[in-house]
Amino acid sequence: MISSAQYLAQDSEPWINTDTFINLFWANTIGGLEYGSIYALVALGYTLVYGVLKLLNFAHSEVFIYGAYATWFTFFLLGFRPGPTPELPVGELIAYLVLAVIVAMLVSGTTALVLERVAYRPLRNRGAPRLAFLITAIGASLILQQILFLWRGSNPEQAIRLLRPETLFNVGSASVQNLTVIIVVASVLMWIVADTFVNRTRFGRGIRAVAQDPDTAMLMGVNKERIIMLTFVVGGLLAGAAAVFYMMKIPQGAQYNGGFLLGLKAFAAAVLGGIGNLRGALLGGLLLGIIENHGQALFGGEWRDVVAFVVLVLVLMFRPTGILGESLGKARV
Amino acid sequence: MARARITAALALAATAASLVLGACAPREDAGNNAANQPQSDAPAEPENAHKPEGDGNAKCSNVAIAYAGTINGENAALGQNILNGVKLAVKKHNDANPDCQVELKEYDTEGVPERAPGIVTQMVNDEQIVGVVGLPFSGESKAAGNIFDKGGLPQISPSATNPTLSQNGWKTFFRGLGNDNAQGPAAAKFLTDNLGAEKVCVVQDDSEYGIGLASEVKKALGDKVVCDEKVKTKQKEFSAVVQNIKAAQPDAVYYSGYYQEAAPFAQQLYDAGVETQLVGPDGVKDDEYVKGAGDAAAETFFTCPCVPGEGFTKFAGEYRKMFDKDPGTYSVEGYDAATVLLTGIDAGNTDRKKMLEWIKNYDAQGLSNKLGWDENGELAETPTVWTYKVENGKIVRNVEIK
Amino acid sequence: MTTTKTPAPAKAPAEPPRRRSISEWWNNLSRFQQWIILLPLVALIFALPWLNPPLITTEPGYDFSIAMFDVARYCLIAIGLNVVVGQAGLLDLGYVGFFAIGAYVAALFTSPDSTLWKIPYLAAIPLAMAITMVFGVILGSPTLRLRGDYLAIVTLGFGEMVRLFADNVDALRGNRGFSNIGAPPGTRENGEPLFANFDGKPWYVLCVAVIIVILILAGNLERSRVGRAWVAIRDDEDAAELMGVPTFRFKIWAFVIGAAIGGLSGALYAGQQGFMNNQRFDVLTSVLFLAAVILGGSGNKVGVMLGAFVVAYVPLRFLSIAEWKFMIFGVALTILMIFRPQGLLGARQRLLTYGRQAYQRLVGRGEVVSSDTAMAGGKSLMNGGNGAPK
Repeated sequence: MISSAQYLAQDSEPWINTDTFINLFWANTIGGLEYGSIYALVALGYTLVYGVLKLLNFAHSEVFIYGAYATWFTFFLLGFRPGPTPELPVGELIAYLVLAVIVAMLVSGTTALVLERVAYRPLRNRGAPRLAFLITAIGASLILQQILFLWRGSNPEQAIRLLRPETLFNVGSASVQNLTVIIVVASVLMWIVADTFVNRTRFGRGIRAVAQDPDTAMLMGVNKERIIMLTFVVGGLLAGAAAVFYMMKIPQGAQYNGGFLLGLKAFAAAVLGGIGNLRGALLGGLLLGIIENHGQALFGGEWRDVVAFVVLVLVLMFRPTGILGESLGKARV
Repeated sequence: MARARITAALALAATAASLVLGACAPREDAGNNAANQPQSDAPAEPENAHKPEGDGNAKCSNVAIAYAGTINGENAALGQNILNGVKLAVKKHNDANPDCQVELKEYDTEGVPERAPGIVTQMVNDEQIVGVVGLPFSGESKAAGNIFDKGGLPQISPSATNPTLSQNGWKTFFRGLGNDNAQGPAAAKFLTDNLGAEKVCVVQDDSEYGIGLASEVKKALGDKVVCDEKVKTKQKEFSAVVQNIKAAQPDAVYYSGYYQEAAPFAQQLYDAGVETQLVGPDGVKDDEYVKGAGDAAAETFFTCPCVPGEGFTKFAGEYRKMFDKDPGTYSVEGYDAATVLLTGIDAGNTDRKKMLEWIKNYDAQGLSNKLGWDENGELAETPTVWTYKVENGKIVRNVEIK
Repeated sequence: MTTTKTPAPAKAPAEPPRRRSISEWWNNLSRFQQWIILLPLVALIFALPWLNPPLITTEPGYDFSIAMFDVARYCLIAIGLNVVVGQAGLLDLGYVGFFAIGAYVAALFTSPDSTLWKIPYLAAIPLAMAITMVFGVILGSPTLRLRGDYLAIVTLGFGEMVRLFADNVDALRGNRGFSNIGAPPGTRENGEPLFANFDGKPWYVLCVAVIIVILILAGNLERSRVGRAWVAIRDDEDAAELMGVPTFRFKIWAFVIGAAIGGLSGALYAGQQGFMNNQRFDVLTSVLFLAAVILGGSGNKVGVMLGAFVVAYVPLRFLSIAEWKFMIFGVALTILMIFRPQGLLGARQRLLTYGRQAYQRLVGRGEVVSSDTAMAGGKSLMNGGNGAPK
């Protein structure tokens, strides 16, 4: 009791810490971009599935975390062990990272595919109501989590890291690290690939058609089931890539329920930017990452998540379909 | 057309990536050696320590002790450490005493207060149980302490360190280790005297343990606290907190919380190139932390109101043999608490009332602490606080804080 | 009674006649008669903690009376959430926020750890309901203009914010929590308080009594103008608006009534626990609440209670295989939804205030209970989940 009273007395800092905000503006923006680009990649998975099926795929965070585990196991099977970061030649390092990305994408993509086949397709075939999908998503999410839990226990996998962050150059007072550059650039590239895929290819046209009007699309000869499967797989692949970047940034990230909060944020990012909208996912993800960091600087670390949700609610209040609006179907043709 | 563009983009990316990656040169070790004092001698396993096996001639029947706490829930590793310590004690006892087989009942509270009343009521109603090792966390202890008290069922908590727990007038509450009031000032002393820190950042998580301990540390540090950060349980991304700490340029950072968040925090702190000395409490002092924090682990000190167990080679060996891993934080406390109960049963205290008297009058050297309790259930003899450091991927003793 | 009077004019041929007659007989009874007939069942439900039937019991592992209180609490929550989700069709993923507010109000006004003035626990319950209602309006008025999934996200955000505020605002004590939260008065023969955290029985009886009252009130509401407006909004909001239903106002009402029941259950929870901190107000809990409603059958009051029973009881029953309980739970949710997407019991709604009397007079038989509603009928993903006109 005494201690808590004194704790209260000590805690008389100003409510809004503008000094920190200004001093750390660049540092927090860069940090936010880095984490935000991971949000963005995960958000793409939510957005694609929502755009096509109008389904909140709650289990997408598990698709992501399976990618994180795949990354860890790739590193582990390559012979790396927890402990100090090894010094690797550049070529070898790139090879390992690319291998991890491929494995994680495969694992996440397969997880998403299995999820669609086992959990969602039977429901679709029976013409189940939308809420039933939501519950199945929650059920599937629990199952996927529990598989990891029963297999690997509740502790995170011990950190294995191949690349130690090093400062490359400075922006203002903030330093930019190699890891940040890799994550942001790679994420944006992945996004460009996904965007091109959806907007420029035949499969992408199918996705857009089904998103716009499933019945008409079927009449036009689009194989709807295949398109839905494809959508899940693309979302899974992107989540797998995001998982590798996440594990590079936070090597302790492979934990059975570790995807939950990140998935929630990524989902919020998708809604913020305009769900069903690929550009919206990118914008929403980056914005959310940056806003979170600045909010934290302004109000203190404990308000980080509150800031994220307040911004989300405010945006929805003034732009009820997110910043860029929802429209996978209406994307430019 | 589109495909060609994608290929081009990928090629570009690969080039850029190799440039970026190429820039990493081995960096100078950021750790400072200010705190590299000579190790104190490790205390040997106390010769006179109580032993769960007793004299081997005990007779009893139909008696049980129980462990209640997290097994599969939050911070499960901590609960497993304790449970394993208890299991080891019970096994040693039962192997040595063929005529006194004590049953160990396990209850999983998941570490949340919500579950505690139902489970504790159940234990109280089970007449077979004469004593309980648990509950590990302060929240659940608060939620169910009165039920133990009402049922007259003694509980020895191996890890709940909140000082208020002993102030509720519960006659059945005993704490098997020092509380935050012991560790806080000692940690502050270590930070200022041993590490010579003039500016300290205190980071606390949102657990009762983290908040309580941080406020004790801050109270003792006074105006040497230059920044005061808060993080959340399950948080894994700390860039903004790290930036705040970097801006404050502290000589040392005290992380008041558990290892699960401490590991990524430490790594991100060192990755950002903050030159400071990280110190964590007993909640961080765990092998999981050392393996989880990667490069940063080697730079960390720990404070813990627990005696170094390296001298306890016998205990560690038996533990490793049984569970195929090293004893973790609170394993020794769990073992000690179970031993108090088991020796009580051997002495013929096979009902709760007698067991309560036995514990109240207990006075023996445990593996970790001198065990004997005051009227509130706190250890009568204030335990010593030790500091630890990491060497070659193992947590080893550093010095005793006097 | 009246089952044999006249043959039904529009009898569905596929229905087996015997089942039909029982349900018709049941539907013909007045609610009062129905309750009388249910009396033995109600008595049995009240007696459950004393009976402690084998197989059903959660012991050894978890005290059965406390487990039954947990189940009853979940039932109450499910009924409240059913008003919002099942009847008005508003997807609320942040219901735990209202639950938490109710619990915190009870704690703040009765626990010695709080700095506020103290009031008796029984007075804190209506206060908790009133304050959660205010929060219902505060949350509802800006957000209820959003539709469907956006509403779900905003409510999810709201639930998280309540939890984080509880975490961050010092007066709410975060993880340290509140001890010695009040309870209704009364002592046992041995001087111990009647309502305490080591005995679930009094709390269980109180909670079941509250559930019965709420069920009667909610039933009345359902067959009033308000209930019909909710169903109209749920099935097609635009059409309802066009037909002159002030949709926004009725949505707020649904939200506020749901919030009040959530607050009530929160206050009961805090009282029974005696100690409360911020640990169980997360999204997962919110999702469990929603799972109870949808599992049982959104829109069906008996169904949602059944769902609540499953959600609350299964994890406590299978404590001994604790590692597996969430797995079992997840599999159960998934399989149930695949084979019974409308939930264990589908939505059934009586919409007319004097429906029974009117039906008897006009067609000489019991009321036709509508069972095709938003859940079972219209907006499936198959036939154009996004097809709702905007």
